[in-house]
Amino acid sequence: MPSILRPQTFPPYLYRMLQSILFLLLLVAAFGLFAWQVRKIRANILVGRDRDMSGHAAERLRKTLLVAFGQQKMFKRMTPALLHLVVYVGFLVINIEVIEIVIDGLFGNIFGFHRSLSFLGPVYDVLMATNEILAALVIVAVAAFWWRRNSNPPVRRFTGVELRMWPKLDANIILYIEVALMLALFFMNTADLKLHQLEGKDLPGTFPVSNLLVGLLPSSTGALEIMERAGWWIHITGIFLFLNYLPSSKHFHIIMAFPNVWYSRLVPQGQFSNVESITNEVKAMMDPSFVVPPAPTAPDGSALAPTPFGAKDVEDLPWTNLLNAYSCTECGRCTSVCPANLTGKLLSPRKIIMDTRDRMEEKYESPLIFRPNQYGPEAKHELVTDLLEATLLRGKVTPEELWACTTCNACVESCPVNINPLESIIEMRRFLVLEESAAPNSLNVMFSNIENNGAPWAFSPSDRFNWADDLFAAEKPAKITVA
Amino acid sequence: MSPSTPEAPAKKQINVPVMADLAARNESPEILFWVGCAGAFDDRYKRVTRAFVRILDHVGTKYAVLGLEESCTGDPAKRAGNEFLFQMQAMQNITTMNGYGIKKIVTACPHCFNTIKNEYPALGGDYEVIHHSTYLQQLINEGKVGVSGGESFKGRRITFHDSCYLGRANDIYEAPREVLAALDADLVEMKRSRANGLCCGAGGAQMWKEPEPGKKDINIERTEEALATLAGKADALANLGGVETETAAPGAHDLQGSIIAVGCPFCMTMMSDGVKNKEQESKVQVFDLAELVASAEGINA
Repeated sequence: MPSILRPQTFPPYLYRMLQSILFLLLLVAAFGLFAWQVRKIRANILVGRDRDMSGHAAERLRKTLLVAFGQQKMFKRMTPALLHLVVYVGFLVINIEVIEIVIDGLFGNIFGFHRSLSFLGPVYDVLMATNEILAALVIVAVAAFWWRRNSNPPVRRFTGVELRMWPKLDANIILYIEVALMLALFFMNTADLKLHQLEGKDLPGTFPVSNLLVGLLPSSTGALEIMERAGWWIHITGIFLFLNYLPSSKHFHIIMAFPNVWYSRLVPQGQFSNVESITNEVKAMMDPSFVVPPAPTAPDGSALAPTPFGAKDVEDLPWTNLLNAYSCTECGRCTSVCPANLTGKLLSPRKIIMDTRDRMEEKYESPLIFRPNQYGPEAKHELVTDLLEATLLRGKVTPEELWACTTCNACVESCPVNINPLESIIEMRRFLVLEESAAPNSLNVMFSNIENNGAPWAFSPSDRFNWADDLFAAEKPAKITVA
Repeated sequence: MSPSTPEAPAKKQINVPVMADLAARNESPEILFWVGCAGAFDDRYKRVTRAFVRILDHVGTKYAVLGLEESCTGDPAKRAGNEFLFQMQAMQNITTMNGYGIKKIVTACPHCFNTIKNEYPALGGDYEVIHHSTYLQQLINEGKVGVSGGESFKGRRITFHDSCYLGRANDIYEAPREVLAALDADLVEMKRSRANGLCCGAGGAQMWKEPEPGKKDINIERTEEALATLAGKADALANLGGVETETAAPGAHDLQGSIIAVGCPFCMTMMSDGVKNKEQESKVQVFDLAELVASAEGINA
């Protein structure tokens, strides 16, 4: 019986060749477009200030394996950790099948083979079975994720001013795409399986889930062939579309988490960066013989515009903080443990990271989709809207948010991909204080107390040792220790 | 112990050794006790400073303080964004300490601890810095402090509030707990503890300003958690924000005699204010580790 896909007038090899050429074009277009978007994002990250993150390869590798690859920090919360693990492992394993799809798509059609990895024999059986079980579990996990976000009320960390409109839609789009991809996989496998059964042939691989679904499909080989091809093309086209959706989406974390963890700080969390230019100034003040190193010059030898203290806009932040912004999957663990946010203040560490990404794409390059957060009246933000003044600081992040931070590091500790919102907060505080003298008045009082009294309170420095007056202790022999 | 003797136990005066005097005698201490501004000026925390000095004196450590030569480490300035003022303070202190050839520092303030340990080295100040919780733990482990002969804490409920600059900032979680464990008290853990500990609300220079508008103050949120933990109120604990997981405390306990233990002057202020706000100050007390150890050791006078 002639298939609809292979009319007698159309030679089969030509038809197969056409599929291969089509696939090749699709593959090149998908990766080309992706590379074009990645270049833009790379350029955005590199507008940030220089920071040497080289060295310590062994320690960085260990961290990347544990935190990024091993998802160590996810396991602080068991339920989401297990759900996420299913989708993560599903993504890794099902990608092995994508390799097969690419080989089949490029060469299988021309040379008339199908399921190119089936030579693996029993390993292939296990691989296909694992794939199918994982794909089914992914659908279950995604349904749970959807419920956690969209039920009423949703899990608290999926709320907040920064998680309305595009970010909210984005999160759901990802879930819908993931389900669609898994369904296409089942559609393809089930049709293929039934086709082979009808032809009395054995399909390589084991398909525990598709085996249950064969009854749902019609028993016409022609229809099944179309279904198998349709499932195949939808699955791979879907993956290519998803790949190109990533740079516009929070889902980009599946790639960026790895470099982000690699380049995360290795020093204790309490250690804040020192500003080197200030160190030079202070040294020169305290020691007149200190020679201040010359300011960096442009490649042509001309003087560079002086860089401000702290950060007013994205290019004033270290590049690692910009990398942070592209690694954020907006999960809100940071915000949900932030003491300021928990007690109703405006500060949300997640918002600062999301604002940073929005601002980069507003000012510099943007990927295919760019819908920056528009904070409505419920955001209670008084933001500067004059375009020239709408920098990261004041255009998106208000001083009120920054001053609410207790620098407690809970956000840094909680981030599963080692994003450091605290560093961005401090950089913006530095700009407010050192460039604009715009600290809250009570902090200015504290500063002048330190300057004048050597203490943050208004005490006389001559009273500093009064605590030792009339200090008595009960007479008690020191304990004799036996070595 | 002889309950029949009515007169007060013999007491002695401690003359706290000052670094300048030691240097004049060409002596050097084993350890410099960095008092910190709160330890020197805050009336409540001065009691902690004095308790810690009693311990230092009791174990016979050769220590000294900078006295009038000490100045703010610059921590609040740095966290508030005033990097210039921080570095001025840091350079001044480093000049002082390097002039005396200081090698080892102990401090009862996690903010001073963090700043000197982590941020001074890049500015030329390299010292071995330890927090007093670690130091007390060492004294107990070495048997120099027996935590006996004074007040008994047996059976009293104590919960330890992790300071951010000791815990998350520097990964010190066990030392304060081991010190408390030596008291033989009933230690209870708050749901948000160790790396998940909730800030008292004072860090990042919040100590010196009013909080931004919000639903409640952070120290109230934290105190409520501490009180609910000490009282064993499962329903109160279940409603705490930020943590999605299970665990509930057992049956309810009387709060009388319970203690919130801290290891930081700002946590001390915040938690004490919180307890007062909740009108529980007649039942629940806030103590620093050094005070508890000095009491248990019976060296207060």
